[in-house]
Amino acid sequence: MANVPRDLKYTREHEWAKQEGDRVRVGITAYAQEQLGDVVFVELPKVGAKVTAAKTFGVVESVKAVSDLFAPISGEVVEVNGELGQKPEIVNQDPYGKGWMLVVKPSGKGEWDQLLTAQQYEELIAQGGH
Amino acid sequence: MTEALKRTPLYQEHVASGARLVPFGGWTMPVQYTGIVEEHRATRGAVGLFDVSHMGEFEVEGPGALAALQYLTTNDVAALQVGQIQYSVLCYPSGTIVDDLTVYRMGDARYMITVNAGNIDKDWAHVTKSTAHVKDARWRDASDGTGLVAVQGPKAEALVGRLTDRDVTTIGYYRFAHGHVAGVPTVISRSGYTGEDGFELYVPADGTAKLWKALQAAGRADGATLVGLGARDTLRLEMKYALYGNDIDETTNPLEAGLGWVVKPAKGEFIGREALEKIRAEGLRRRLVGIEMVDRAVARHAYPVSKDGCAVGIVTSGSYGPSVDRYIGIAYVETARASVGTKLDVEIRGQGKAAQVVRTPFYPSKVKKPG
Repeated sequence: MANVPRDLKYTREHEWAKQEGDRVRVGITAYAQEQLGDVVFVELPKVGAKVTAAKTFGVVESVKAVSDLFAPISGEVVEVNGELGQKPEIVNQDPYGKGWMLVVKPSGKGEWDQLLTAQQYEELIAQGGH
Repeated sequence: MTEALKRTPLYQEHVASGARLVPFGGWTMPVQYTGIVEEHRATRGAVGLFDVSHMGEFEVEGPGALAALQYLTTNDVAALQVGQIQYSVLCYPSGTIVDDLTVYRMGDARYMITVNAGNIDKDWAHVTKSTAHVKDARWRDASDGTGLVAVQGPKAEALVGRLTDRDVTTIGYYRFAHGHVAGVPTVISRSGYTGEDGFELYVPADGTAKLWKALQAAGRADGATLVGLGARDTLRLEMKYALYGNDIDETTNPLEAGLGWVVKPAKGEFIGREALEKIRAEGLRRRLVGIEMVDRAVARHAYPVSKDGCAVGIVTSGSYGPSVDRYIGIAYVETARASVGTKLDVEIRGQGKAAQVVRTPFYPSKVKKPG
């Protein structure tokens, strides 16, 4: 079973979200990177871009597949992990740490509570991830 | 699709090895064991073991076998000696491609052809119907009874050599010999689909697991690694070897695909000859070229290629090339845009990303050239 940290929230599309003061850090889960295999390319929005909950904000590509990334919450992108441009494999090596993708300043309320808890996400991936 | 997926003789081995199994061309096949990039690098750096038992093998035998193959394939089978292998193409009368294949001359009047797994049924119908008029050529589909293991990489010769009674160092590229490997009767073929030196070992289906286990055990010291279809694809991509269904298919012809070197109209009549002669005389409209991304982006199958906003082609294969550490691809482009150095755009998610035509192979071939 892939690692599912208790202090994070999750989307059904396998992104994680972490509350950091009034901001939210976003990445993909250990389960997601395992399923993808070797990540070879990550395309992220620029700082200042707006993202919308449950809409795509970027793309992650493994050797064989192209997958959309979905925003856990709506808001403005205030930080982007530029290191993933040159070293996309960090997403595989440290999905909850150095492999983070965005920091978002949330614009809406209530979206956070819509996200899955660690326990709900574990149940999702136990059922095959769909 | 309700039809059950077929399994190779190594299916249980793959499950036990923890392979990720996926459907491919009607088969359940390992796409990776530990990771595509790692498996790719292990093949280039040491030796990779590939289950390619899904490939199809047909035998044709009898006084008419040569005539049948001459009529079916574009290359000149008469040039083939016993113990030699030839790459070739099956065409429709239109000159487009039924399949690509290798032809083995097993005896004076006995040949084996190896065809793509996803095309076995189509090819069987094609070869038997198209040569029904040829006397004394008996076809046999040996696919189900045959296992096929590829051993590829700089340590392949040493590894296979340790397990066989045959001196494999004397088997040249695109040559084969009979011998026992790990006690299993084997057609030891010096060939492959990776650009590395190595072998493809044809064995009876019921001996495949024994061979597979022996290669793993004996190969431990060589760093032998199990390699799935994912790395098989990136390895062949770095060589610009065509993959049927991606780069070549029923809508493409061998001349534009860069396979003109196996089209030999001088040998006499064959299916597609007239059409290919016409295409050659009129000049090629497009060519299959290697491209490298200039912008950071990954080209993929079916992405459009443009030049100054005008459509000039289409990507047929593309990915990250682990040994060249670049995003590379294969594309059909208009002949006027096919020369090395030409700047092109690949349309990726609605945006043009800069690419250019480059020399191929992307990675230098290490195959043991004919001496």
